Amino acid sequence: MSRLTARFEAFSKTGRKALIPFITAGDPNPDFTVPMMHAMVNAGADIIELGVPFSDPMAEGPVIQRACERALAHNMSLSRVLTIASQFREKDRQTPLVLMGYVNPIEAMGYEEFANAAQRADIDGVITVDLPPEEGQEYIALLKACEIDPVFLLAPNISDERIKKVAAAGSGYLYYVSLKGVTGAGHLNTADVEIKLKQIRANTSLPVTIGFGVKDAVTARTIAGLGDGVVVGSALVSKIEANLADLEIARNEIVELLTSMRQAIDA
Amino acid sequence: MTEKYNMPDERGHFGPYGGMFVADTLMPPIQELNAAYQRYLKDPDFIAELDADLKHYVGRPSPLYHAERWSRELGGAQIYLKREDLNHTGAHKINNTVGQALLAKRMGKTRIIAETGAGQHGVATATVAARLGLECVVYMGSVDVARQALNVYRMKLLGAKVVAVQSGSKTLKDALNEALRDWVTNVDNTFYIIGTAAGPHPYPAMVRDFQAIIGREARQQCQEISGRLPDALVACVGGGSNAIGLFYPFIDDKSVKMFGVEAAGDGIETGRHSAPLCAGRLGVLHGNRTYLMEDEDGEIIETHSISAGLDYPGVGPEHAWLKDIGRVEYVNITDNQALEGFHALTRMEGIIPALESSHAMAYAMKLAPAMKADEIIIVNLSGRGDKDMHTMAQREGIEL
Repeated sequence: MSRLTARFEAFSKTGRKALIPFITAGDPNPDFTVPMMHAMVNAGADIIELGVPFSDPMAEGPVIQRACERALAHNMSLSRVLTIASQFREKDRQTPLVLMGYVNPIEAMGYEEFANAAQRADIDGVITVDLPPEEGQEYIALLKACEIDPVFLLAPNISDERIKKVAAAGSGYLYYVSLKGVTGAGHLNTADVEIKLKQIRANTSLPVTIGFGVKDAVTARTIAGLGDGVVVGSALVSKIEANLADLEIARNEIVELLTSMRQAIDA
Repeated sequence: MTEKYNMPDERGHFGPYGGMFVADTLMPPIQELNAAYQRYLKDPDFIAELDADLKHYVGRPSPLYHAERWSRELGGAQIYLKREDLNHTGAHKINNTVGQALLAKRMGKTRIIAETGAGQHGVATATVAARLGLECVVYMGSVDVARQALNVYRMKLLGAKVVAVQSGSKTLKDALNEALRDWVTNVDNTFYIIGTAAGPHPYPAMVRDFQAIIGREARQQCQEISGRLPDALVACVGGGSNAIGLFYPFIDDKSVKMFGVEAAGDGIETGRHSAPLCAGRLGVLHGNRTYLMEDEDGEIIETHSISAGLDYPGVGPEHAWLKDIGRVEYVNITDNQALEGFHALTRMEGIIPALESSHAMAYAMKLAPAMKADEIIIVNLSGRGDKDMHTMAQREGIEL
């Protein structure tokens, strides 16, 4: 059983909702990332999503686009992200680690080589934003053969038929994108999310996490209550962007926000 | 008789190329678009409306002009120019925007978005949006906004909002990213008019089908003029919409050689170019698998060309396929060679071509002398050069 599946199974017994922070690897520099990941775990993170920087991140809003640009300015690459993951694993063998990125760097490395390298780096799941199940059959099989969960996004305008299709291809969990739009966008309508989650649950038994637009502890609590976990990304990355001159402050603010989310979710 | 060319497959694959490489958030609108496109392409009412617009609004058919003096000067094959520069708005781009805008109207969309590099597609989109009374937002890299000020002004006059994109390399590819982001956010009322034969399925096939009027007319006109098919076709390739429009109706005519001309910028060997088919690698960008300009880590790299319209790191997936099966030969022309083509056509025929089209002219200058005087080359004159006056003057050290 994968770390992701085991973790969600354990949580379903205790009622704990997963808190899943996202940061872009190498943002604002490669040295920042691993200590930040450990600090996020200490602040209550159950799973970490680590963004793989890409030059053309089509589904990202401006905050994560700029995070990609900062990381790429330090020559961050897919293979260096895997090195960061291995460094994280030197001290943390428990927390599931999910990479989130775009398919082109993976194509450049080669699907099989990537799957093997990700397994060596002890990666638990991969979200490949622009690789839907239709285009990814060979890739998905290679990941699964390396005991890595392919994690897929579900859109707000998704049909029953497509939920079934995506759920059949994926494992670990599904990531419901609670807003039409890009990462970090506008306002969440929780009533809409609630209705959609019912539809998703009716079509799959995989755990469902919810993200896009979660900015504060109150929203995190509300959203976490609707699914199995909550993903918070742009709200964290913007702390880095706001404190480039003093990264200690950035780290503290991220820890503070995650801690408040953890407390709100568990209350 | 070999099998008729029939691409793409139903999920938009041209062999290993093309496809629908998009985030799941884009899947529903793309499927909705594909369903509408498949339906209206066979709808006689839609086709009649499109044909009437192409005739009365765009000014089609565009002439097939025998460049006699230039042909004589080059001393080889007869060069015929497909005069897309004479279309309304001055380029082939309008063939496609008219078609997609009619589709938008049929689908009940009230808002049009587009990306643009040189601004030709942006102008062509703003034009049809004005005519149909649709809201229009055009995304343009901030670098391009600065170097194509005239077209920015044209778009604004036409009522479009021009958004200067500040992300990434601040050029065409980033404008496309931003337009995709807009579309994901506003799918309910918005139609995204992509200008080139790239993007996720159905765009490459749809843009080709709307541009194929170029090749259909050229085929018929050539037969009327000379009683036979041409021996060669030449067109410039950035994303590849004018080239695929000319080539597509000739693909099964095996006697017709085809040449797609990429922008070699400062020269392929310098790495400063926009020639993914000639010197790129396989990858996935903007929803399709194709040849790309990328580094070894799979990050998209900056491209270089004197022509903003060819300054794109990818290329339409059908061109990738036509290269692999050997049906089209892809060649390249440097900035300096393109300028020679520009001046030659201007001075020999009194026609000022766009810098994009000048790449095709320059290749025709190489090709024609090696062919016989009774052979025919059709060169796609995809746009007129008025928009490039500032670039030309700057390049030649002249202050306007």
